[in-house]
Formats: sequence, C-alpha cells, structure tokens
Amino acid sequence: MPISGSPIAPPAPEVGTARLRRREWLWVLSGAARTRRGTVGLALVAFVVAIAVVGPFVAPYSPTDLVTAPFSGPQSGNVLGSDALGRDVLSRVLAGGGLLLLMAAASTLLGVVFGAAAGISAAYLRGRADALIMRSVDVVLAFPSLVFALLLVSIIGPKLWLIVLAVGLSHAPQVARVMRAATLDISERDFVKAVELQGVKPRWIMAREILPNLITPLTVETGLRLTYSIIIMAGLSFLGFGQSPPSPNWGLMINENRIGLQLNLWAVVIPAALIAVLTVGTNTFSDAVARVALGVERRAEDVRPIGVSKLEALR
Amino acid sequence: MATIAVVPKGAGQATRSHPIGDLVVRRLAAGIVTLVIVSIVVFAATQVLPGNAAYAILGRDATPERLHALELQLHLDQSAASQYFAWLGGLLTGNPGKSLANGQPVWGFVAPRLVNSAVLVGVSGLVGSLVGVLIGAIAALRKDKPFDHAISVVSLVVTALPEFVIAISLVIFFSTVVFQVLPAVSVLPPGTYAWQQPDLLVLPVATLVIVIFPYIFRMMRGAMIEALESDYVEMARLKGLPVWRVLLVHALPNALPPTVQVIGLNLLYLAGGIVVVEYVFDFPGIGQGLVSAVSNRDIPVIQLIVIILAAFYVFTNILTDVVALLATPRRRLAR
Repeated sequence: MPISGSPIAPPAPEVGTARLRRREWLWVLSGAARTRRGTVGLALVAFVVAIAVVGPFVAPYSPTDLVTAPFSGPQSGNVLGSDALGRDVLSRVLAGGGLLLLMAAASTLLGVVFGAAAGISAAYLRGRADALIMRSVDVVLAFPSLVFALLLVSIIGPKLWLIVLAVGLSHAPQVARVMRAATLDISERDFVKAVELQGVKPRWIMAREILPNLITPLTVETGLRLTYSIIIMAGLSFLGFGQSPPSPNWGLMINENRIGLQLNLWAVVIPAALIAVLTVGTNTFSDAVARVALGVERRAEDVRPIGVSKLEALR
Repeated sequence: MATIAVVPKGAGQATRSHPIGDLVVRRLAAGIVTLVIVSIVVFAATQVLPGNAAYAILGRDATPERLHALELQLHLDQSAASQYFAWLGGLLTGNPGKSLANGQPVWGFVAPRLVNSAVLVGVSGLVGSLVGVLIGAIAALRKDKPFDHAISVVSLVVTALPEFVIAISLVIFFSTVVFQVLPAVSVLPPGTYAWQQPDLLVLPVATLVIVIFPYIFRMMRGAMIEALESDYVEMARLKGLPVWRVLLVHALPNALPPTVQVIGLNLLYLAGGIVVVEYVFDFPGIGQGLVSAVSNRDIPVIQLIVIILAAFYVFTNILTDVVALLATPRRRLAR
C-alpha cells in the first residue's frame, strides 16, 4: 500500500537462488481445480461457457424474430416467454453470451499483457522509465474503470474493439503495480545478476529470466481481472454502450426487459442469473488459485509477490 | 507505492518537520500533479483528439453554418493550448461552460447531482463500513464456527456480483414481483434533494452497501483474527482483564488501521459504482448524469463529471492514507 514506503520484505531465501520451478503455474492451476472451491468455480464457469458456445446452434428461433406478443409469459413454443418486442427469450439467452465472453476474455488478456510489460519494465529499468510508467498508472487509476470506458466511448462511439481496448487499459495499472512489486524482488536474485554480467540486453532479461518466474502471480491476477472484465463488459452493455440493440446480449436484455418485470420475470432473471453464475464461478475459481499459490509461496518462504496481489485484490 | 518512486525518499528528514505534515504535503503535491495530467488527458481526449469535436457532435447532418457556430462555442478556432487554459480557467472559477444539449450552464446541471451523489456515497460508505466492521469482528470471534463459514461464503459470492444484478434483484424482491414496499425508481422532483425523500434512498444505498461490505468484512475479520492471536492480547487476557476491555481496548484499535485502508478503497470504488446504480434507479446523481451526457455526447458535462470523479479519487486516496497513519501509533511516532 502506498502508505509506508517499502513493506518489510522477508529476506530473500538464499536456498533457492537458482531459477524457480518452471511450469509452477500449471501445477497451481491443477491444484486449485482439485480443491472444493476450485471444482465448484470451474463447474459454474463451464456451465455458462457451454450455454454461450453451444446455445446459438440449438436455439429454437432466430434471436431477432418477432414470434409472439410482447412480454408473454412462458407458454408452449416459448419456454421462457417473450421479451419487450415479442422475441423468444430462450433463443436470445442462448445467443446472447458468446460475444460477451469473448470480449471479456480479450480485454483481460490485453490488460494482463500491457500491465505485466509496464510493471516489469518499471521495476527492472528503474529511474526515469519507472517514474514515467508509475505516473501514468496513477493517472489511469484516477478514473474508475467504467468511467474510463465511458469516456472513450463518448469520444469515438460504442465500437466493440474500443470497449475491449478501454476495459483492457483500465485493468493494466493494477496488474502493473503487482508485477512491479514482484519484479523488484526477483531482479535482485543471483540468477538475474549472473545473466546481467554476461551482457544480455535488458529486454531479454525481462522476457526470459524475470517473466517466467512471475507466471504464478500473473495467473492469480488474471483470474481476478477476468471477473472484473465480465462485470464491466456486462455493465456497459446494460447501460446501452455494448452491442447495439437488435443483437442479443445478456446485459442489454436485462435493461430492455426490466420494464416488464411483472409480466415476464424470466426475460430479466435468466440473463441476470447467467451473468451472476459466471462471475461467481470465475471469482470462486480465482480465489482457489490464489489460495493454492499462496500456499506454494509460503513453502518457498517468500510470501511477498502474492501478498501484494492479495492486498490489491481488495480493490 | 507510486509516489515514492517519484518523490525523493529523504526529502522531509533534513528539515525535521512533522512526519505526517510532511507526508500530507508530499502526497498533495503528487495528487495535484496527477490531477493536472488527468485534466490534460480528459481535455485532449474529448476536445482535440478526434479531429473535430464539433463534427463528431453534429454527425452527418452538420451544415457548414451549424458547424461553424459550434466551433466558436467550443473555441475550436483557437490553438489547443489556449483552448485548454480557457477551459481550465473556467473550471477553476466555477464557470465550466454551457451544456451542448440544452445551452444551460453545466454547473447548474451538475451541482444538485453532485449533492445527491455525495449523500448516496456518504450514507452507503457509512452503513457499509459499520456493517462490515461489526460482522467482521463477530466472525473473527467465532472463527471456524458455522456463522463464520456462512458469512465467508456469502461474501465470496456477493463480491463477484455486478452492481446491476444486485440492484435488479432488490427491485424484484422489494418493489415489483415479490413485495411492493419500496419505490423501484428514485426520481426526485427538480429542486429537491435526496435527503428530503429518504425512502427513495433505501434501495440504491442497500445495493451499494451489499457491494462494498464483503471487502470491509474480509479485511476486518483477518485483521481481528491476527490481533486476537497476538502476544499483547494474550498478555491482556492473562492479566485477567474483562473480555470487553480486551476486545475494545486491545484488539480493536490494532485491527482498525488496515480496515480503514480498505474502507478508503471502497469509497474510491463507489465513485465508479454509482454510475450503474444511479442509472438503474434513475437517481439524479452525477453517475446518471454521466451516462446521459455520454449518450448525448454533451462534452462539457462529461469533462466536468470525469474531473470531479478523478479529484474525488485522488483526495480520498490521500485522506485514507493519513487516517490510516493516524490510527497506527507505531507508525505515527517512529519514522
């Protein structure tokens, strides 16, 4: 936290001065999947992803066809009733998740890549690069994620690529902070010093020596960011700044149909429930991953990188 | 973390000034620098960057005359720097221009909304913090008992829910389908403020409390457990002090500072969270104002609201650090 200068770091363990274990993150992921929390989280995510992926192929109607009277309740032919314009709710639910998931995943990836690059460079290059990067991080952090996205949308209009970019960029500062703290630790280790003495370029040291040792905290961070991405993406669609109206989208559906809550509850409840199950699933799984990773770190007598990300996680 | 990278570490030590006063000054300076950059970014992004803002606003049906009139109104005929300083000067003197949507002064549109949002954030922050601290302390005292497990699972689930899902669920339960006891929308007549109709505040506040309480609860629980397992609490117990004294005088003060940090983070979070919640309930605050301004591309309104939110972020951040510092005797005295 910004308050006290550097937190008191435990002395770096001299036992493991050689490279840390490779593929540790895979071990952490599979370990997390075997905990009870992890299994539940993964099952919830798999359920929603399955609906989003298979859904469009099994939908009884086209998501944009007007099939019956607006806001009819469940009836034969329309299991979940119809929406504000008389379109089949089930078909729209089945078709309305794919793009949302894809956009959330893409923006997470963007944010993690950007953030990791910025954080590692800031910590390893120090000096001016550090000051510049962390100052930019402060500036981006001063905008709440959703407001940042809204600002960009207000300039260029609700383009899908722009929303992915905006959400990705708004994640980068958090990731950068976590990665910076972790890199400060790693870059003092002997194996980094050894490569530096061989005259390897900083770019390669960061990519080949430092990054591979930070994959575990990065995995933890990715899980967290994914949940936020889904929340912001769905929120933007809900506000009307995602996919434009005729297309089906869970966030947009909730907003379109909430005036008819008393007529056909399902048109709102089902998309809301699917978004909720998805975010609870990703959050539960990433919580399990963070716990397993924390255990791994403790065993290595070096709690710092994960410790930092756990604090950041509270945001 | 970030400020430390920029401000030389030993800057205050030479003058032997008060450590906290020092910190406040350094953080304020860094905060103001951040805000200046934010204002440049916001201004450049909304007014200069996309070729011509006037064209973007009027769209395809822009006639040359209308385009020209709007360009004059936005001062687009001047250089970028003089545009920026004119705008910044207006902002600082309380005259941030006129709305493009209706020609009314922007401040008249934003000011009452700012008051309403402040009430919403203040009440939610207060209630959320009290609930979080209380439940966190109870869970810590009953560590690994059923109450602790149940509330931990609830908080894990609730943290993951988007605000609008929580808000819509509350609407379903309390104002439409199940019960009809609370208003589903919080529309205020013009000229009235949020505190004049408390029933309209209930659901928006409840939503935000549900959103922030898990974080405060988790931190409080963790900090309290750590305090309860510490040597000084054990010592106090062994001395035979009454339980309430051990809890309130020995454990609680040590559990609060980290919790204060998290409460601060959640106030920051509320600055973004109000956007969706105000929109759901049609609550006339700056969040809802921002959404409608973005739909209308009302650039002066967007600029003002975004700057207000950024300023809130920067100053709340500083305030949180100072309060947390003041609440930690160890850090307050030693340097």
